[in-house]
Amino acid sequence: MEKAIKRYFPIFLLPTLAAFTIGFIVPFIMGIWLSFCEFTTVTDATFVGLSNYVKALQDTVFRHAFWYTALFAVVSLVVINVIAFVIALALTQKMRGTNIFRTVFFMPNLIGGIVLGYIWQLIFNGILSVYSTALNLNEWYGFAGLVILVAWQQIGYMMIIYIAGLQSIPGDVMEAAAIDGASKMQRLFKVTIPMMMPSITICTFLSVVNGFKLFDQNLSLTAGEPSKMSEMLALNIFNTFYGRTGWEGVGQAKAVIFFVLVVAIGLIQLRATRSKEVQQ
Amino acid sequence: MKRKQHMSRVGTGLFTLISIFYILPIVVVLFNSFKKKAYINLEPFQLPDETTFTGLENYTTAIDQYGFLKAVGWTVFITVGSVLVILICTSMCAWFITRVRNRFTKAIYILCVFSMVVPFQMVMFTLSLVTDRLGLGTPWGLIIIYLGFGAGLAVFMFCGFVKAIPIEIEEAAMIDGCSPIRTFFSVVLPIMKPTYISVGILETMWIWNDFLLPYLTLDIKKYKTISIVIQYMKGSYGRVDMGAIMAALIMAVIPVVVFYLSCQKYIIKGVAAGAVKG
Repeated sequence: MEKAIKRYFPIFLLPTLAAFTIGFIVPFIMGIWLSFCEFTTVTDATFVGLSNYVKALQDTVFRHAFWYTALFAVVSLVVINVIAFVIALALTQKMRGTNIFRTVFFMPNLIGGIVLGYIWQLIFNGILSVYSTALNLNEWYGFAGLVILVAWQQIGYMMIIYIAGLQSIPGDVMEAAAIDGASKMQRLFKVTIPMMMPSITICTFLSVVNGFKLFDQNLSLTAGEPSKMSEMLALNIFNTFYGRTGWEGVGQAKAVIFFVLVVAIGLIQLRATRSKEVQQ
Repeated sequence: MKRKQHMSRVGTGLFTLISIFYILPIVVVLFNSFKKKAYINLEPFQLPDETTFTGLENYTTAIDQYGFLKAVGWTVFITVGSVLVILICTSMCAWFITRVRNRFTKAIYILCVFSMVVPFQMVMFTLSLVTDRLGLGTPWGLIIIYLGFGAGLAVFMFCGFVKAIPIEIEEAAMIDGCSPIRTFFSVVLPIMKPTYISVGILETMWIWNDFLLPYLTLDIKKYKTISIVIQYMKGSYGRVDMGAIMAALIMAVIPVVVFYLSCQKYIIKGVAAGAVKG
């Protein structure tokens, strides 16, 4: 059978493979190569070794963006997952209207980052104007705004994953714990949370990676104001490419650093929570 | 028992309040979209009254001056086209690389999984160079780019499903004289229907809302998507028409909400399936 299928290689494999080559493999390899070059268009690329990387790491705005992003990823991870978990716990209890509540909480997730950013910009500026200030005057207003926005967007998504996890916990385990005299709190911390570790792994992984990759919301809500102080890594890379002529190579080097960073953080995070998973 | 019932009623009340707060931001934008543009930044939390109410004027401005409906058209075209192409091509690819096992197909699979973790910023600049060079900066070309860039997740999810299909069914079809193509379309495809829905939902959510990829690759003088128009309205220098932006935001949210409410069951299933796999 394998042989028969193999002959149909051009029909089954070629379209995806060709598009994958154009859309991913070629740009990726070119990206790695160009991070070692100075250029404005590809034709005038000259090899300059590691100087782009040196420039990228010396860029104080880039370093600021790194710490700002890292802090954002951690804060949003905690906020999103704690709230989503609590809501998931509440909505799996016997209660009227749980389906409607789930529908409401999930909805913002489907709205695009640009649209979300401008919706919240109106709200935040409306509130801040009462204290005669605005979102683009302080980087920490932008920070808090982004955390609220991203929480609003992603809590519903994580809630769905947590609810699926909670529903897959076998009822007899909880019953056994209750008969053995475990209190509600003990059941939560000694039974539910350990049994939920696979879901927690997924959700924390997604939220930390999403936090690092955040772009649309950052662009629309604060656009880096005031003076690039609320610029996160992805936006910083974008602005390096398209805002400074002659810095394309540095932008590409930053992009490579960013890529390595995202992969490394994802892997570390997976290892840290995977080790706490229990056998079911 | 009485106490429990009481608790559940308190819970329902509490969550009703939270839900109202949750949709409040959208409601605020909704009533601001009916106000005159000068009053929006001044008093965003006031309901429109006789002096500030302007009817549908903001909506007509967004549509007439900024070409909002055209952007909706292109967004629908790009999203529907890309998702259909992704579903057909990547499911065929996934079936092939799962059934034909050699080093080459294994390498493709690993590359697909790898591509899922690469952030877009890594390839955005070079991708826009490639699309420029190949003349793919049109909505039609964008479909090819989305197939390439979205292949990773789709192939990965389809492979996971194909592995669970017993191979005997396909063997039986082939022995009965089906060609691989017929086997795929009349045997494998119907079995994979749930996965098609999950992958379709995930890719639709991504492509509909995507901003940066079309912004960098499309010829935006000619073609704009919804996200691009909104960014353009706000980002373009000169006077920013807050009224038109409010109307555009509402018109961007409406299709999403309709889509969500009509296929909610599948969306939530798709999200749960995608998350477990990812």
